[in-house]
Amino acid sequence: MNKFLEALNSGKILLCDGAMGTELQKRGLPTGACPEEFNISNPEVIKNIHRDYFIAGSDIVETNSFGANRARLKLHGFEDRVKEFCFAAAHLANSVRPNGKFIAGSMGPTGELLEPLGTLSEKDAYNIFSEQAIALEQGGVDVLFIETMMAPEEATIAVKAAKENTKLPVVASMTFELGNAGLRTMWGIDVKTAAQKYTEAGADVIGANCGKGFDEMIAIIKELRPLTDKPIIAQANAGIPEWIHGMSVYTETPEVIASKAHEIINAGVNIIGGCCGTGPEHIRKIKEILDRYFESRI
Amino acid sequence: MKEELFKELSQAVIEGNKDRSIELTNKLLELGIDAKIILDHGLLPGMEVVGIRFRDNIIFVPQVLISARAMKSSLAILEPLLSKADLKGSGTIIMGTVKGDIHDIGKNIVSMMLRSSGFTVIDLGIDTKVEKFLDAIKNENADIVGMSALLTTTMGYMKVVVDRIKEEEINVKTMVGGAPISKAFAMEVGADGYAKNATDAVKLAKQLIGLESKETKIEQIS
Ligand code: B12
Repeated sequence: MNKFLEALNSGKILLCDGAMGTELQKRGLPTGACPEEFNISNPEVIKNIHRDYFIAGSDIVETNSFGANRARLKLHGFEDRVKEFCFAAAHLANSVRPNGKFIAGSMGPTGELLEPLGTLSEKDAYNIFSEQAIALEQGGVDVLFIETMMAPEEATIAVKAAKENTKLPVVASMTFELGNAGLRTMWGIDVKTAAQKYTEAGADVIGANCGKGFDEMIAIIKELRPLTDKPIIAQANAGIPEWIHGMSVYTETPEVIASKAHEIINAGVNIIGGCCGTGPEHIRKIKEILDRYFESRI
Repeated sequence: MKEELFKELSQAVIEGNKDRSIELTNKLLELGIDAKIILDHGLLPGMEVVGIRFRDNIIFVPQVLISARAMKSSLAILEPLLSKADLKGSGTIIMGTVKGDIHDIGKNIVSMMLRSSGFTVIDLGIDTKVEKFLDAIKNENADIVGMSALLTTTMGYMKVVVDRIKEEEINVKTMVGGAPISKAFAMEVGADGYAKNATDAVKLAKQLIGLESKETKIEQIS
């Protein structure tokens, strides 16, 4: 069996990393630059981020490949470098991987609308995700993380492309926000429908990432847990940043999220980590909580 | 009879029923009704409902886009019949997501709602540099420029654009929006207005060019 699934089935709660995108911005990614190109031009920065997360206690780190698909890279004129960027992404994470830890290949949305609302055909979307998934597998990742999905069709296509073209387990999450209609993606998909779609498509782990902070994530996991037997992933962001005294500030600091992370764990997650705005310090806090959680159970 | 048809046309837009929307638009034209009246009494009230339902989470992104498509196909029939004055009616707005930012779902919805309210909207797309904004403002003789940003790292660019507009003393109103933008931030960069959703963006645009009284003003910064 795949080592990653083995670890997951052992009953351990796996700790993922925090954000890559916002961490890169902090460490010098110029506004508007292509984050995945940094794998080639600034490999040390990427390695340091991965290393910091491993030191903070992450069992899994995600490769810097969220936007390394043909559709997204096209915005930078890099559409023919999918393989190169994905290889480098996997290689960089592998080069700092401690024994027994895992590398997840990150796959985000195309950023385009599918037909008939937009111009992207299902077939093209399938090919775009297949290309990325294959490149990440060849680069040496242990698992694929399909994340920040909001449109059910695109989400399903991404999971199928990953399952049908690689041997890797697939972890699939969507992004929900709480509104008058409850927890929904921007496409209006509720938690139950998301779980159904991902399960049908063959995802091994399902869950949520990004969104609007840790409180909403608690609500999402509470809603999702009774709906599925599958392992669940939760990667909350540190809220929506606020503009305070001329600076952009994420209000959900490591201290603020500590007790909330505890609630997410109690709600029954199997993989926990962070998204936009969370950094190594957030992960260190969650690690402390996880350690205490397991001590108290022994 | 006429009133009924207007209502049905609004409903077709709300439901995103493109074929029905086209059919009703043609029918109203055959009855000899003026294109501008069809727009004002059939299409626009429909889109207004769409905007409100989106704001209130009754409908979501796909439904808005489907309604927009219905609206667009009817508008395509009416456009040749509308006089230049009708089209230019509410003024010209330049819209764009600022440099470094590729988030465009919100901006597209705002553009669409503005168009549906009679504004001429020139959408510059994503990753828009200050020169591109300025060129468009001058070339189109725009009344308003609307900037969208979803990243805290790109929202600062709004100030670059506002500053250049002031520096070059260009006579155009500025409005800003996007998830991380607040009224406080809009004031800090010196923009003329901020709106937090597409429905309010339309009201704001109307206020900025003096079409709506300030009594109802929401987030216009004076
Ligand atoms: C969808 C999305 C994406 C999609 C974008 C697809 C597309 N074609 O737009 C993808 C996956 C590509 C993406 C990429 C990234 N994203 Co993103 N994304 C989002 C998400 C989930 C939703 C945004 C959205 O479309 N909302 C729906 C629309 C309808 O709402 P809206 O944009 O706010 O617009 C409304 C109003 O704001 C207003 N409005 C909007 N514009 C204007 C303009 C004017 C003039 C006016 C008056 C009003 C107005 O009216 C609109 C309609 O009501 C947000 C989270 C969130 N909750 O906002 C993160 C979010 C914006 N992303 C974030 C990040 C970090 C990124 C990435 C850096 C991730 C990465 N690692 O690559 C990249 C950045 C790429 C880039 N250079 O721009 C962060 C930003 C944090 C920060 N530091 O600023 C957010 C906030 C997530 C978070 N909670 O941290 N993202």
